[in-house]
Amino acid sequence: MTKPVLTISNASMAFGDRVLWSHLNLEVQPHEFIAVIGSNGSGKSTLLKAILGQQPLTEGSIRVLGRSVRSKRAQRGSRRIGYIPQNRAMDSGLRLRGRDLLHFGLDGHEFGLPHLPFSRHSRQHKKRVAQMIEAIGASEFASKPVGTLSGGELQRLRVGQAVIGEPRLILADEPLSALDPQQQKTIAELLNRERREHEAAVLFVTHDVNPVLDMVDRVLYLANGKFRIGTPDEVLRSEVLSELYGTPIDVVRNQGRIVVLGTHEHDHHPDEEWH
Amino acid sequence: MVLFDFTDYAELLPLITNSLIAGGLLAVVGGLIGIFVNNRDMSFAVHGISELSFAGAAIALLFGVDVVFGSLLGSLVAAGIIGWLGARARERNSIVAVLMPAGLGLGILALSLYEGRAANKFGLLTGQIVAVNDPQLVWLASISLVVIVTLLLIWRPLNFASLDPEVAAARGVPTRALSFLFMLLLGLSVAASVQVVGALLVLSLLVTPAASALKLTSSPVLVPLLAVAFALVAVLGGILLAVGASLPISPYVTTISFLIYGIARGIAAIRERGAVAA
Repeated sequence: MTKPVLTISNASMAFGDRVLWSHLNLEVQPHEFIAVIGSNGSGKSTLLKAILGQQPLTEGSIRVLGRSVRSKRAQRGSRRIGYIPQNRAMDSGLRLRGRDLLHFGLDGHEFGLPHLPFSRHSRQHKKRVAQMIEAIGASEFASKPVGTLSGGELQRLRVGQAVIGEPRLILADEPLSALDPQQQKTIAELLNRERREHEAAVLFVTHDVNPVLDMVDRVLYLANGKFRIGTPDEVLRSEVLSELYGTPIDVVRNQGRIVVLGTHEHDHHPDEEWH
Repeated sequence: MVLFDFTDYAELLPLITNSLIAGGLLAVVGGLIGIFVNNRDMSFAVHGISELSFAGAAIALLFGVDVVFGSLLGSLVAAGIIGWLGARARERNSIVAVLMPAGLGLGILALSLYEGRAANKFGLLTGQIVAVNDPQLVWLASISLVVIVTLLLIWRPLNFASLDPEVAAARGVPTRALSFLFMLLLGLSVAASVQVVGALLVLSLLVTPAASALKLTSSPVLVPLLAVAFALVAVLGGILLAVGASLPISPYVTTISFLIYGIARGIAAIRERGAVAA
């Protein structure tokens, strides 16, 4: 058996009386794609923060590649983690181009004197960035300011930025939000292809599982301070979610899509299919 | 009234060697740190720090302490307060707006009580009349070198943290520590710049050259080169033009700096129109 990339043991997260999740156990294997699903406020993003070592656990421990994320040393270990943020428009006045984002992913975290232009180091990096731009299909807009890009273009670059550092684990925090269904599919497939190429496991936070349904190995469903882990077929079922939420929930499969009916938030967002 | 006079230039030049060295180093500091001031949206903070630097210098003058030391203390205190309390941009702006008049007021009080040479007083606000003595040069050069070397060592992570903070933090870049360190470097740079261009005109050195460079290019290599080049032209050009007329160098520095910015904006506008037309 291979060594897990991520080990979450008996982890709990609470803010005062509010328990986001408790006694969470999860081992992520190097090849796995895991979707983290749950309603707003269920602690999905907080889980990512905890894995990054930015948010201390109330209880339990998290290890990335065998190292506790709260140790000083492992903060450096987070270099083995790629991170994809939410799709949010960037300041249009920013003097930052798509290719600069990729350079950040490569060596943005390294202290030390800047590499001289045309040095061997700079040339190598330039080459790797050029290859990545090609791979993610960003040639047309890689030199434009990031503030002028569409959400789909920006998230393409974000995928490239996350994988270019050869991470073992990729954390994606709702990277498909505010993209149209076609783009969601494209970005999700791009991420899946690139992470296979670079052999990275993925923890993918989303509130709609449909764009990633084909590539998901397991689902971590967070709700009401409780959770379920398993394959989509095991977890995304009416009786499982009804028990999790404590109210009747209907899971409907329709033309390869999964629709959940009956979670109370659904009333607020009738246009979204999944919560 | 003589704005330019080059009659005794050959005799004057040796007298301003110190000023040229100090000015050159400060230009490098201003050009480089200005990039981050622009990218981190901290221009207003620079202004606030410079007023407290002025207060420190004025109080030092009043009590007969070294003026560079006073302005250094003033700007480090200001940078510390802004860095500590003003993590968010909006909060930072109001803290700066509160600190700035307080600093200016204190400085004016100290100057009013001071009974020495009037030129000393005026110089703190609007810059020196070219004379930089040897001990001052040592101060300015050491501050400049510390800032330049530190800035180069933290260049990549600071740039990452300034332009893409969320991902930088996720990648393990110590964004908070960097932001505080940056404020200290900014405090040092302001204190040094106050000595040459004066508290009111620090922005022309720490913001304008980099802003001009950022108008012209996005290249991470060209931006620092251009910013430093613009700052050098403004400062050295300003000193060389001012010396003949024995006027303060600051109006020359600020005017050149402003002209460069105007030209850069013009070029950017023409380019944009060209891009739209094409």
